[in-house]
Amino acid sequence: MRNTEPAAARTTSLATRLGVALVLLLALGGAAVAIAALAYGRSAARQTFDRLLVGAADQIAASIALRDGTVVVDLPASAFDLLALAPDDRIVYSVVAPDGAVVTGYDIAAPPNDLAELYDGAFTGEPARFAVARRRFAERDFAGTVDVVVGQTTRARAELAGQITRNALVVVLGAGLLMSALAVFAVRSALSPLRRIERVFAARSPRDLTPLGVPVPREISGLVGTLNRFMGRIDRQVETMRTLIADASHQIRTPIAALRAQADAAADETDPERQRAIVARIHERSINLGRLTDQLLNHAMIIHRADTEALDRLDLRTVAIRATEETDHDFGASETVLRLDLPEDPVWCDGDALSLVEACKNLVANAFRHGVPPVTIAVGEEADCVHVAVRDRGPGVPEEHWSDAQVRYRRQTGVSSTSAGLGLAIVHAVARAHRGDLRFRRPVQGGFEAAVVLPSVGGAR
Amino acid sequence: MRSGVLALASMLALALPAAARPVPEAIGVFGAEEAAEEILLRGTTDLVLFEPVLDAFLATAPQLRIRYEQWASDDLYDAAAAACRGEFPSADLLISSSIDQHVKLVNDGCARPYRSAATAALPPEANWRDEVFGVTSEPAVMVYNRDLVPDALAPRSRFDLLDLLRPADTRFAGRVATYDIEASGLGYLFAFADSQQATTFGSLIEAFGRTGAVATCCSAEIIDAVASGEFLIAYNVLGSYALARAAEDSRIGVVAPEEYTLVLARGAMIPRQAQHPEAAGALIDFLLSEPGREALVDAHLILDVAALLPDADDSLLRPIPLSPVLLVGLDQQKRAGFLALWRETFPRE
Repeated sequence: MRNTEPAAARTTSLATRLGVALVLLLALGGAAVAIAALAYGRSAARQTFDRLLVGAADQIAASIALRDGTVVVDLPASAFDLLALAPDDRIVYSVVAPDGAVVTGYDIAAPPNDLAELYDGAFTGEPARFAVARRRFAERDFAGTVDVVVGQTTRARAELAGQITRNALVVVLGAGLLMSALAVFAVRSALSPLRRIERVFAARSPRDLTPLGVPVPREISGLVGTLNRFMGRIDRQVETMRTLIADASHQIRTPIAALRAQADAAADETDPERQRAIVARIHERSINLGRLTDQLLNHAMIIHRADTEALDRLDLRTVAIRATEETDHDFGASETVLRLDLPEDPVWCDGDALSLVEACKNLVANAFRHGVPPVTIAVGEEADCVHVAVRDRGPGVPEEHWSDAQVRYRRQTGVSSTSAGLGLAIVHAVARAHRGDLRFRRPVQGGFEAAVVLPSVGGAR
Repeated sequence: MRSGVLALASMLALALPAAARPVPEAIGVFGAEEAAEEILLRGTTDLVLFEPVLDAFLATAPQLRIRYEQWASDDLYDAAAAACRGEFPSADLLISSSIDQHVKLVNDGCARPYRSAATAALPPEANWRDEVFGVTSEPAVMVYNRDLVPDALAPRSRFDLLDLLRPADTRFAGRVATYDIEASGLGYLFAFADSQQATTFGSLIEAFGRTGAVATCCSAEIIDAVASGEFLIAYNVLGSYALARAAEDSRIGVVAPEEYTLVLARGAMIPRQAQHPEAAGALIDFLLSEPGREALVDAHLILDVAALLPDADDSLLRPIPLSPVLLVGLDQQKRAGFLALWRETFPRE
């Protein structure tokens, strides 16, 4: 069955989206961390080994002595032990007298200026870092500054910087993998209620339109609520359709059978006078049948509308006025005594005007058919609800039938030549569709009142 | 297997003025005449001592021929430094006992790095920058004449030697010898390492000066003089030569000082301008391999120090590490000061 279904429209899977977002995040984050780590590693390595370099230069400077007016250096091995902490780096050093002559060590280029304590340079083709220590002498036979320049190639620095960077990247990589695993886990667990719903739906019979009872997290409860409301609407529409078909078959079959019997009688009748009388009856009955069909279709249409149309903010007084006008049009003003009892201020409610007018007309029609004129349409407002009521002076529906009037009067009294008796059923359905109710009462001044009561919306906006 | 002619060039070297180009002491050519490649090896090791090792190597590499030039250590350094400056034809491989000079060559950028599984396995003190490698293991020992100095009297340590020299009428006066560090790079290296190791060195120098000890040149000559009884004891002699001679001459006794024994690993490096660096690398790998080490053991170039020092533990062995610290001893002023101290002890005749 699944194979024959059209494929649902699909967008990119959540896992793919999350994956792409994560990869982007990790790539950008990784690049940022790599750059930061490289910068940090370089600066850390530079600081570390610069200290060794300066320490070695200072030690050599401290070993400088004057003997008979000449500079003598007793090169300390400890200075070289210090430098050998960068085990694979070559060392260059020079002790330079104030006149520029090399006292001992390598003959290397002088520092770029007199102020630099540390500077970058090169030593036989390899980049190197240099430190300068200065020793000032002010003796009788010697005055001036002796410069000690110590340089070292930068292998150990590069290695330390690389090591720091690598370690940082390993941490980033590990964190990335962990985050990805957590993300996959999170997506799976977040989507599991959806899978549960899918399973419940798959296991259902196609006729089962009852609400889903699956417990779901708050984020998905909206979706499930919408689904349940949607199914409820479908359920009601299916129910309406079933009722309509049942009603139609029940109520139309009898008049059609009667029509056919009379048509047969007319065909068999030889007396032209009686035949004309039969045809006149057939005509009258077919008009009634047409009205009945109208009413049935109206009923279906109203219930359908009530369930599907969006509710607009409207003034109940306009509903009463339109019902009055259309009733006058249908029945002819001379036959009826229809009164309106409207308040001064608008009475607001949320509703579908057409359905409400139709419901109102039904109540009016019932009042004319079964009650005692004058008939009054009254609109009113109570504490938390509004109503449109139709009153007459007749006895109305017996009180013991109030609770099930809309059902009882569909079947029992409905079948007649002129009315399908669907009036109260339509009204009730409209009222329910508006989250309201159909209510009967006997007013103090006597007679009978049927009212559609709707929730109040608390005044005009 | 030797196909070349052993040329004793040392006579020639002496005949030349000091400023002349350095020349080898001896030359030997090994390997087949028709070999495709000839590598030039310069070393300080005696030709006769090194020949079996080279033969063992050539047995594994028949396509190679080796021209071995034996040099005095300072001359070898001068030649290598000149080659580094492009003023002298470069060797393909240098193997020297003056490892401080090797370290200086490496420090000055005159070496070419070589990496292999064998070099990677070396401990840090035997491999600096993948450019100079320690290939042997030779302790600095004391040698004595067993005829004139009974084994029971022979010094076991530097303290024993000091005790022997202490009496005013000691019979060792003038009959203790050591390297002349001005003439021998190796002697300088050992003496300088001693001066860095312990304060005993000061007392020893003082005792040498007081008793008129003799500083002279070259392992072979010193050991000959001990064997002949001219000297009773020689201090800081390279163990390889001493043991090689002791194996043939029962008059020679060898002692590794008990309080600490310096251990030298001859350095091998490939010069930057080497013409055949791959073949030179192959020779280094051979020297570090098991068969190479066996050949070096047979040539007394790798010594089992434990046999000389039965009670010693590793802490008494002081390998001289291949590290830039060795540059200190080569510093002009440091060297001048050290030599001045030496000269006070051993005045020139």
